[in-house]
Amino acid sequence: MGYIAMIGLEMHCEGSETNSKVFSSARNSYSTTPNENIRPIDMGFPGVLPVVNKKCVENALMVSMVLNCKQPEYMYFERKNYYYPDMPKNYQITQETKPIPVGIYGYVDYECNGEEKRVRINNLHLEEDAASSDHLYDTTVIDYNRAGNPLFELVTEPDFRSADEAVAFLEHMRSVYQYLGVSEADTRKGHIRCDVNVSIMDESLDPEEPSNWGTKVEVKNVNSFGGVRDAINYEIKRQTKLKEEGTYDEMPQQTRRWDEDSQSTIFMRSKIDAVDYKYFVEPNIPKYKLTKEWLDEIRASIPELAYDRKKRYMNDYGLSEYDSNILVKEKKISDFFEETVKLGTDPKEACNWVNGMILSYLNYHMITIDEIYMTPDMLRDLIKLIDDKTISSKQGKDVFAKVLEEKKEPLEVVKDEGMMQIVDESAIEDVVDEVLAENPKAIETYDPENPKALDFFIGQVMKKTRGKANPGIAYKMMKEKLDNMKK
Amino acid sequence: MKYMNKSLEELHKMLKNGEVTSEELIKESLELSHEVQEKYNAFVTILDDAKGTKITDNILSGIPCGIKDNYSTRGVLSTGSSNTLKDYVPFFDATAYAKLKSAGAIMVNKTVMDEFGMGGTGTTGHTGIVLNPWDKTRMCAGSSAGSACAVAAGVYPYATGSDTGDSIRKPAAYCGIVGYKPTYGMISRYGLFPFASSLDHLGVLTRSVKDAAIVVDNMKGIDKYDMTSWDSSKIHLADSLTGNVKGKKLCYIKEICDINEYENPSEELKEHFNNFFKAIDKCKKLGMEVEEVSINRTLLNALASVYVVISCAEATSNMSNLTGIIFGPRGEGKTWDEQTKDYRTKGFSSLIKRRFVIGSYVLQAKNQERYFRNAQRVRRLLVDAWKDLFKKYDAVILPVGSGPAKHFEGDNDMLSKETVTLEEHLQVGNFGGFPSITIPDGFINGLPVALNITGNCYDDENVLNIAYALENAMDYKGQIAKEVK
Repeated sequence: MGYIAMIGLEMHCEGSETNSKVFSSARNSYSTTPNENIRPIDMGFPGVLPVVNKKCVENALMVSMVLNCKQPEYMYFERKNYYYPDMPKNYQITQETKPIPVGIYGYVDYECNGEEKRVRINNLHLEEDAASSDHLYDTTVIDYNRAGNPLFELVTEPDFRSADEAVAFLEHMRSVYQYLGVSEADTRKGHIRCDVNVSIMDESLDPEEPSNWGTKVEVKNVNSFGGVRDAINYEIKRQTKLKEEGTYDEMPQQTRRWDEDSQSTIFMRSKIDAVDYKYFVEPNIPKYKLTKEWLDEIRASIPELAYDRKKRYMNDYGLSEYDSNILVKEKKISDFFEETVKLGTDPKEACNWVNGMILSYLNYHMITIDEIYMTPDMLRDLIKLIDDKTISSKQGKDVFAKVLEEKKEPLEVVKDEGMMQIVDESAIEDVVDEVLAENPKAIETYDPENPKALDFFIGQVMKKTRGKANPGIAYKMMKEKLDNMKK
Repeated sequence: MKYMNKSLEELHKMLKNGEVTSEELIKESLELSHEVQEKYNAFVTILDDAKGTKITDNILSGIPCGIKDNYSTRGVLSTGSSNTLKDYVPFFDATAYAKLKSAGAIMVNKTVMDEFGMGGTGTTGHTGIVLNPWDKTRMCAGSSAGSACAVAAGVYPYATGSDTGDSIRKPAAYCGIVGYKPTYGMISRYGLFPFASSLDHLGVLTRSVKDAAIVVDNMKGIDKYDMTSWDSSKIHLADSLTGNVKGKKLCYIKEICDINEYENPSEELKEHFNNFFKAIDKCKKLGMEVEEVSINRTLLNALASVYVVISCAEATSNMSNLTGIIFGPRGEGKTWDEQTKDYRTKGFSSLIKRRFVIGSYVLQAKNQERYFRNAQRVRRLLVDAWKDLFKKYDAVILPVGSGPAKHFEGDNDMLSKETVTLEEHLQVGNFGGFPSITIPDGFINGLPVALNITGNCYDDENVLNIAYALENAMDYKGQIAKEVK
C-alpha cells in the first residue's frame, strides 16, 4: 500500500535587519565576540521591563501581509513560561493564537520543480530569541548576544507532501524575507531554524479529513535546508517502516530532534510529557490598536518581491526565464545587477557577467556578493572597456581576475598591464605603412582571393604594437591598402 | 530630634536660610536610623557614608529619605528583603530613585519589607520582623513595613514604598502616617523588583498630604524604559492643593461601612467606624457631599480571591528570573536545574513558595479558564463598578482595615471571613490603577487608625486635594509615633 506524507513546518527566521532587539535597546547585530550586545533586560536582572521595538512590529506586519494573513485589531504579547538557561527571565515574550498574533490564516504560493503550489499559513508571530549555547565536552557556555533578537515564527498547515515541497517553500520564504529587507535570512548565521511535523496516511484515505492524518511527529531544531530535507525523508522512511511492521498505531504523538551526526531523528518526549507553558498576556506591554493608516502605510511600503522582479527582467530587459531566475534568487545579487544596469550598462551584458563570472567566483570562493571586491561601478567600467574596444573580451576576463586579485579598478589594471588597445586609426595607419614598406616581397606574392594571405601582414603589425593594435581596424586598413596596390 | 520631625517645606526653608545644613540633617537622620534599627528593625542597610548635596530650589534637595529595598539602587545593596538576593548590588538605578537623586534627595537607608512585597505583615523579610513604633507587640503591616515604621518614628520626612495590594496604604494606616500611590504608570516601574506587574505601583509614605504630593511630583514622569508609564507633565500635585473642596462629592460603600453588616462587631470595630463617620462629618462641614452607595456583595466577596489569583500568577512568572545563576548566591548541584532548585528552595520563605504554587496552579492550561481568566473577568467587573461610582463621585472614602495594627501573636496573613472585604478593599485601587491615599483619622487606645480616599485614574490632583482638606480639618498631620507601652 502507498502512503501520503503530511508535512508542516514551523519556520523561525531572525529579524536581523533592525538596529536594536525586539524588547531591548541592545544592538541587534551578529557578532563573534560573545556577550557584546547586551542590556540588563537580556540578562533578566530584577526590575527590567520590555519595550517594544516598533520597527520589528512593522516588519512582522509586512511579512504577515505578504503571507496573505489577517492582521489583528490590537497587538498583544504573551508570556510563555518555562525554565531554560538560555533564557534568563525564564519566560519568553511571544504571541499565541488567542488573542490573534501579528498574522493568522493566510497562504503562500510558491514554485516547486516548475509547478505552482499553495501552502496555507496557520499563523505568524513575533517573539524574542533565546541566547545561544555551545555545548563543550563537560560544560556549556552561553552567549547572550542573540537573546532578545526579534524572531518571526510562521506555522504552516500540513500541506506539504514531500521534502522537495517543504524545501522549495523554505527557499521561497528566505527570498521573501530578504526582499522585504527584514532579515538577511542567512542559515550560516543561524538566522533560519525549523521544526518539522511529519505524519503519513494511507493513500486511499481523504487528506481533507484531519482525523486521517496519522500521528504527528514533531522534529525540533533543524537548522539547515538540507537538514529539513533529510529529516523529512528519514521520518517518512521510519514511519513507513512502522506501518509495514504493523506497529505504527502504537507510536505515541511525540517530539524528536534531528541529529546531524547520525543523520537520524532521536526521541525526546511524548505528547503526554509536553510542557505546560502557562501562557498569559504580558502585563508590561499595554495592548495597542493597529490603526488602518499605519497598516495602509506598511502595505504601501512592501517592496517588489522576487517573482515581480523576474517578470520585469523578462519583459523589460528581454532576459530569458532561466537567467532571470538565477538573478533574482538572492536579493543582493539581483540588487547588484540592477545597480549595474542603472549605471548605464546593457542588461544582457550585465546579466552575462553577473550570472557567469561573478557567480562562479562567489561559488568558488564560497563568499557572498557583499564580500567580493568588484562593485557595480567597476563592472560597468569593465563592460565599457570591452564595448568601446579598449580591450578584447578575452582580455576582459583577465582584467576581471586581476581586479579581484590585486584589488584595483579595471581601468588601472588595463593601464598597468599595458592592455590598452590602439584604436587611433592614424597611429595604426603609421604602423601599417611601415609594415608595407618593409615587406615588398610579400606584397608581390599577396593574393587577395586567399583569406589567409593577410595573416602575415597583421602578424607584423601586432608584433610592432606588441599586440595592442585593434585587430579589426588593422585588418580592415591593411586589406584596403593591399587590395588597392594589387588593382 | 531637632529636624527630622519637620515637614519638607519647613526643612527646605531652613536649609535655604542657612539655619541648618544638609550634613546636619543627614547626621541626625543616621543617628535616628540606628536608634530605630535597634528598637524596631526597620532597615536592611544604613548608609553611614551618605553625603549632603547642594541646596537648590527643589524642596527635596539636601533632605534625607528612605528607599524601600525593592528599588534598584546603583552600587547599594538591594535585597527585596529576600535571601535570594541577599548580596545583590544593582548596577543601575530604578527610574524613580534616579529622579529623586537628581532632585537632590539623599538616601540614608534601605527599608525592610515583606519578601519581594509579597506579604502584609512586615514579618517575612530576611532580616527579621519589623516592630510597630506605637506598640512593639504589634506589626506595621506590609509590605512597606520599614518605610512606614521609619517615617512614623521620625527618621526622615518620607520613604518610598511600593503597593501591589495595599502595601503602602495599609502600613501607613497602622503607623499613623500618610501613604499615597498615584495612578498606575504615573511613576515608572523600571528598576522596581516586580511582584505582580499589572498591579505594582510605586508611591510614598509621609507624615502629610503635602509632603506626599511634593515627593511624587519628583518621582513621576514618562519613562522610555516602562511602556506602561505615561506623560504626567501637566499634573502638578503640590500646586493643586488648594484646600477648596466645596461641592466635591464623595461616597462610601454600605456593605463595607455599615456596622449592621457585621454580626457581633467588636468594640474596636465600632470605634473604628465611629472615627470614620466623624471624618465624614468633617467632610460635610468642608462643603463636600457624602453619600452612601451599595455594591453587589457577591462581587465584593470575590475581591480577595481575585487578588490572590492574579497576583500569584504574575508573581510566579516574574520571579522566574531568580535562579542564582546570573546573580544571587549560586545553589549547589551538578546541573543548572539542580542548582536553581537548591537556590530557590533555600532562598524563598515558605509563604512565597505557597504563592508560587498557587500562581502555577491557576495558570496551568487545564485550570487557567476556571481561575486565572475568571479572576481577570471579575477584576474587570470590580473596576467597572468603581468607575461607575467615579461618574458621579470625585472619590470613594472608606475606612482602612478593621482597626489598629494587629498583634504578632495569633495574627497571620489569614483573614477572618467577616471582615475580609474591609481588610482587602484597597486592592481595588490596584485592580483599576486608581490614585489612592490613606490618611490617619483618629486613635483607638492610643493606636492610630486611618481612612482611605480613592479616585479615578489620572485624577490624582483632585484626590490629593480632598485628602489635604480633610487632613487639615483633623489633628493628625505630622504626627510622630509615641510608644503606648
